Amino acid sequence: MITMVKKIRDKVDFRILIHILLILTIFVLSFPLIYTFIVSTQSLSAAVAIPPNLKVGGGIIENYATAWGRANMGRVLLNSGIMSLSVTVGKITVAAMTAFAIVFFDPPGGRFIFFITLLTLMLPIPVRLLPTHEVVSSFGWIDTYFALTLPYFVSATATFLLRQFFKTVPQDLVDAARVDGASPTRFFFRVLIPLSRTNIAALFVILFIWTWNQYLWPLVVTNSETMRVMQLGISFLIPKGGTGMPPWNIIMAAVVIAVLPPLLVLMIMQREFVKGLIEPEK
Amino acid sequence: MFTRVKKFFDSELSMNDLFGSFQSNFLAYLFILPQLVVIGIFFIYPTIKSFRMSMFRSVPFRGLVNFVGLKNFIDIFQSPAYLQSIVVTLIFGLLVTVLGVGVSLVIAKMLDVVVRGVGFYQAAVIWPYAISPTIAGIIWGFLFHPSHGSISYFLPFELNWLTNGEEALVLVILAATWRQLGYNIAFYIAGLKAIPTSFQEAAVVDGANGWQRFWRITFPMLSPITFFLVTMNLIYAFFRTFGLIHALTQGGPAGYTNLMIYKVYTDGFTDLRLGYSAAQSVILLLFVAGITMFQFKFAERRVAYQ
Repeated sequence: MITMVKKIRDKVDFRILIHILLILTIFVLSFPLIYTFIVSTQSLSAAVAIPPNLKVGGGIIENYATAWGRANMGRVLLNSGIMSLSVTVGKITVAAMTAFAIVFFDPPGGRFIFFITLLTLMLPIPVRLLPTHEVVSSFGWIDTYFALTLPYFVSATATFLLRQFFKTVPQDLVDAARVDGASPTRFFFRVLIPLSRTNIAALFVILFIWTWNQYLWPLVVTNSETMRVMQLGISFLIPKGGTGMPPWNIIMAAVVIAVLPPLLVLMIMQREFVKGLIEPEK
Repeated sequence: MFTRVKKFFDSELSMNDLFGSFQSNFLAYLFILPQLVVIGIFFIYPTIKSFRMSMFRSVPFRGLVNFVGLKNFIDIFQSPAYLQSIVVTLIFGLLVTVLGVGVSLVIAKMLDVVVRGVGFYQAAVIWPYAISPTIAGIIWGFLFHPSHGSISYFLPFELNWLTNGEEALVLVILAATWRQLGYNIAFYIAGLKAIPTSFQEAAVVDGANGWQRFWRITFPMLSPITFFLVTMNLIYAFFRTFGLIHALTQGGPAGYTNLMIYKVYTDGFTDLRLGYSAAQSVILLLFVAGITMFQFKFAERRVAYQ
């Protein structure tokens, strides 16, 4: 009995220690973001004051309005939104179709196609930067949404994860659908896709954030300001070289705007994100 | 064949009549086609082209016409700037991976222990993942600015990463690691949840303390995730940190943060040394091929464990 009490007491102390450690960790990890927000509300002189000023300032409306205009936020948000949603939906759709065909039809060459798909993991953009740029420009796609979206329409991760999941769907379910006279496409849309929604949600979060944060490819396939995506818009706010003080308060206001869409996606779908990450049991 | 295709598009109901069961190869290939087209046009063809381009040199106004064989590769490996870039990339990749994966495991384990407020804690540690490497670079560049950064003000020593290469490298490593922590932690949280509690209980009965339980049960059970994360972090560090460098240091000072991915861009698009840049792409391909082999090799071992 006494040892039990002691055990419980130890456990409680331990838990409190962990809570304290976690709060410290969160403070350290979140400080850059919290500070970014604070600076985005200050005047420039307060933002760069020494010693640092950690008070929220009164310039919030002014700074955000300036950032909105200077980075052409309306257009940039639209471009990044179109790009991220199309790429995410495109990647998942194309991958789901492939995984579906490979698992449920088992056509000749299916394994080879899966292998080729995994091979794309080895071919990130830097590995084929110049020639892919050439292909896209030979199509006349420079400064178009085609260039920003279509070359991304394949995801080895999504194909792999969905294939793993589809394999766990019981054969009975397939047979039942067949007996009910469901066509393969009907089975795909009505049974398979709803069943894999947690995995698809996790993929959506990862792929949306990944696309929203793309930088190198948009940099080489867009030149005009009307096609600029968010990450480029932000980096153009920072003067390269020169001795002038960068307008940090405006830059940080733009950063907050740029971070909001992926942050919202992450926060809203956090539960599915964590749940859908782990492959189902084989 | 063509009448079948026509019928297929005429009526969606007829699909089942046409193919009867799930055995139709035609329909299967139709489903696979989009993926194959994208891979062919934007992945396979450009990669082959990359190899070809790496053996040519551009002539002014005539493009890439001068065949030079392996000369570009020889030049690359004789260039001190490129050798430095390789060393810097390796240091960067290894430290970002080791730091990122290690710290994430500790944080995830702490989250696994607490019961109360776990939702809030989880959200609060994952959120930096939404930030792009570019924006991470901008924020860290401001926080650690030598003259008006708020964190540099509190540091006991004077920061000078605008001119000191080593400090700049440390700064980009920390910024890159910070940005990736949320991703790593999310995977570890999911992995810890998947470990059956019966394992832990059995170990408690056997008298194992918390430390032993972690190293004998939890850590080995997490090893597939650890290997996966090591691979993903290496790929992240090597290939997805362009924006961070572009926004923060532009490869400087003195090439100390000139990662291979940054050099391939500046040589190709800024200096227009196309063949030279393509040869660097080929070397990057060998890097990523190595990492992928490592992952596949491990994936096989993992099947053996089960």
